[in-house]
Amino acid sequence: MATRLKEVDAVLVGVGLVGTMLGRELTKAGLKVVGLERGNAQFTVPDFQGPHMHDELRYSVRKAFMQDNTKEAMTFRNNVNQVALPIRRWESFLPGTGLGGAAVHWNGQTYRFQDDEFKIRSHTEQRYGKGFIDPELTVQDWGVTAADLEPYYDRFEYLLGTSGQAGNVKGQKIAGGNPFEDPRSRPYPTPPMKEPYGAAIFRKAAASLGYHPFPQPSSNLSQPYTNPEGLTLQACMFCGYCERYGCEHYAKSSPQTILLPVLLKDKNFTLRTQSQVLRINLAQDKKTATGVTYVDAAGHEFEQPAKLVILCSFALNNVRMMLLSGIGQPYDPKTGQGVVGRNYAYQTMSAVQVFFDESVNINPFMRSGANGTLIADFVGDNFDHGPHKFIGGAYFGELMTNGRPIEFHPTPPGTPAWGARWKEAVVRHYNHTSVLNVHGSSMASRNNYLDLDPTYKDAWDQPLLRITFDFPANDLRMSAYVTDKALAVGKAMGGRQVVGAGRKGPYTVTQYQTTHNTGGTVMGLDRKTSVVNRYLQSWDVPNLFVIGASNFPQNATYNPTDTVGALAYMAAEAIVNRYLKAPGQALVQA
Amino acid sequence: MEKLTRRTFFKAAGATAAALTAKAHALTPDDARHGHGAAPAATGASAQAAYLYFRPDEARFVEAAVARLIPLDANGPGALEAGVPNYIDRQLGGAWGAGERLYRSGPWQPGLPGQGYQLPFTPAELFRNALRAINDDVQKRRNTTFDKLPGNEQDAYLESLQTGNQSLNGVPAHTFFESLLALTIEGFFADPIYGGNKDMASWKMIGFPGAYASFYHLVDQHGVLFTRAPMSMGEDNRRMIHIQPVAAQPKAVGPNPVVADKKKGGK
Ligand SMILES: Cc1cc2nc3c(=O)[nH]c(=O)nc-3n(C[C@H](O)[C@H](O)[C@H](O)COP(=O)(O)OP(=O)(O)OC[C@H]3O[C@@H](n4cnc5c(N)ncnc54)[C@H](O)[C@@H]3O)c2cc1C
Ligand code: SF4
Repeated sequence: MATRLKEVDAVLVGVGLVGTMLGRELTKAGLKVVGLERGNAQFTVPDFQGPHMHDELRYSVRKAFMQDNTKEAMTFRNNVNQVALPIRRWESFLPGTGLGGAAVHWNGQTYRFQDDEFKIRSHTEQRYGKGFIDPELTVQDWGVTAADLEPYYDRFEYLLGTSGQAGNVKGQKIAGGNPFEDPRSRPYPTPPMKEPYGAAIFRKAAASLGYHPFPQPSSNLSQPYTNPEGLTLQACMFCGYCERYGCEHYAKSSPQTILLPVLLKDKNFTLRTQSQVLRINLAQDKKTATGVTYVDAAGHEFEQPAKLVILCSFALNNVRMMLLSGIGQPYDPKTGQGVVGRNYAYQTMSAVQVFFDESVNINPFMRSGANGTLIADFVGDNFDHGPHKFIGGAYFGELMTNGRPIEFHPTPPGTPAWGARWKEAVVRHYNHTSVLNVHGSSMASRNNYLDLDPTYKDAWDQPLLRITFDFPANDLRMSAYVTDKALAVGKAMGGRQVVGAGRKGPYTVTQYQTTHNTGGTVMGLDRKTSVVNRYLQSWDVPNLFVIGASNFPQNATYNPTDTVGALAYMAAEAIVNRYLKAPGQALVQA
Repeated sequence: MEKLTRRTFFKAAGATAAALTAKAHALTPDDARHGHGAAPAATGASAQAAYLYFRPDEARFVEAAVARLIPLDANGPGALEAGVPNYIDRQLGGAWGAGERLYRSGPWQPGLPGQGYQLPFTPAELFRNALRAINDDVQKRRNTTFDKLPGNEQDAYLESLQTGNQSLNGVPAHTFFESLLALTIEGFFADPIYGGNKDMASWKMIGFPGAYASFYHLVDQHGVLFTRAPMSMGEDNRRMIHIQPVAAQPKAVGPNPVVADKKKGGK
């Protein structure tokens, strides 16, 4: 029997990035909030300090910060005709665990989505005609625009202290920034980071081909910065241990550096770590959440009643929690009916390697998680798709994050996988190779979705999440096209040998791509094709808000977190200013 | 290539190490922020450390095989000289070998390549099974052990594992080979604290600075040649601890509500 605890105003399922933000906004509004985090408490000191933080084997290869899949794995198949099998070790994406979530060990690449990507269906049909979108794709408009989100992007970036060069402030274009960006209300809080060597070579080459290079917007800070919460971040040291690591220098924006110290001092907030939420509990009418059930580290089960439930446990976990709790109609790929698990999307990645002469010392280890230079000329609808048979796009740039050698020891094609020639090639190329990342959008397809696995269980005997995913043909065509453009820039960089190809199917879970899993609890204007309304409130259970990249109807070209943060602030404002005035009521009539 | 004896290995390794130490003294000026002088040679694990996991016959195969996968050459030590067998031994004998972070529930199916590892074996079990099958196989076919074969025949045998699907006591040969190669590369490049990469030999060879982690002043000196000796976690004696300058440390995390342990706990 679960021990029933005292009711609180709100409970957070997960205390990662979104959980920390909502905790802060709701306690500030006077609510008593309990945050339940399945992983351990962890802080910059002592948890993220050197020398132990500089351990490629533990953090990159063995993935010490990631969800323990001996307790909770997921299963995967490419399509409904295959049997999904457990992802027994994480490779292609890395769900985080522990206080601060994946935002502890993210890179900090911080982009706003473009307006045309928020309106992808209506925009595409208007510009290219109704039949242009592949009928397999279930892409849809978000129900918000870039202009709607601008104030929330702005607030989130000033919380993070993001370093970048604005390209468009209130409609005025600024040289050196991204000329394609939608108007922002003010410049980035801090100037762009220093430009590493390979990135500088890329900038010159891209400009020589008529493209528009700009520095990557980075939440590895270029200089000390005090955010509106009164917390001070330091300048990034280009330490080379960023993605998959906590930052020892207080230089990467993460819940620990931007918000948690303030939140944890608030008397209205109670944090419980090592607390695994099993389900959201519903009243008999199935229209009201009564709280959650969780298990602590010692195996004791608790019921935490709450007036308001915030589900913020990362995209994939949000979807699973909805399914485990029986909230919303699960998606059925045969009929196309149902919404929970629908429109699961990812990111379509490829890379180009540029092998330089031995005189060019790239120094790949002098890098940060979000440094470098890129172009947006092939993002979203920034180029004419008329002649092509695809929608969407990719950015690419010289954005290397590290030179840690277990994972980074590039060799040109034709090199054997081992032996004397392999070793010779590793020594020859290690310090003389640049990699261009081609980071592409991912369109929702009727074939790709999330549901509960019929066979495999977690440590609490609950079904694992089942992922059914393969790259839509649309996205493979996009990747081939843009990767070709990146190859041309690589050649203009003066590489002796330039190697790369667009993403090829089938999707595999054996190779890291990104942890940009999206969809499954999509936001929208129509409850037939969405799980939450534009304020991220559940259509079915109005005192439940579901927040994260699971709200994306499909994935845009850029990395997700700036948009996740903006949506979180937008939802928090709607809860505080509107929902709390009439608790239990839907903010949008279905 | 001629087959090296154990003695020649150590002679060669010693010579290379000396050459590398000499090179390591040609340092760039110290980075202003975290300057430290020429670090003494790192204390890595001995290539001869006792094995926790491997039986003698297994150790002979692994020592011989890793020496073919990453050989000693003019660039410097190979996997054997760098202590990679010790690294693999400790990995297999420790938590990782026992299946740490490996989801292990059945049912078991071979699956598709894109579904990743689907065997019921822990890494330690996988090695034990495969190594026994390899020993038996070489014994049966050649009436000897792998380590006694000439180098080119060892290479050919490793290739047959790399590309083969034959069952090594239930382990597909290519799966075993991939595991062996991955562990060899890990041990060669991981911090010496794990028992391989003795004297940071691989880092010196490619020019990786190791646990040293601050390049703010160098990153915009484009093309600069970084020649300072690398640093391992074990010898980082800066012990630089950052103190958050403004905010106080957060209060302790609230404990879970205490539950009186009833005899019949559980759900
Ligand atoms: C290696 C890596 C690199 C990345 N780099 C970038 C980047 O450069 N740019 C970018 O835009 N994005 C990046 N991301 C993505 C970014 O980290 C996420 O978008 C962001 O952290 C999402 O915030 P969240 O709050 O939704 O989830 P998280 O921050 O992951 O927080 C979710 C929390 O919920 C907890 N939780 C889950 N289930 C339960 C449960 N049942 N009970 C209790 N607690 C639970 C988890 O333990 C976790 O702490 C990266 C991600 C990874 C893994
Ligand atoms: S690269 Fe910069 S932001 Fe990232 S962990 Fe290192 S110092 Fe921190």
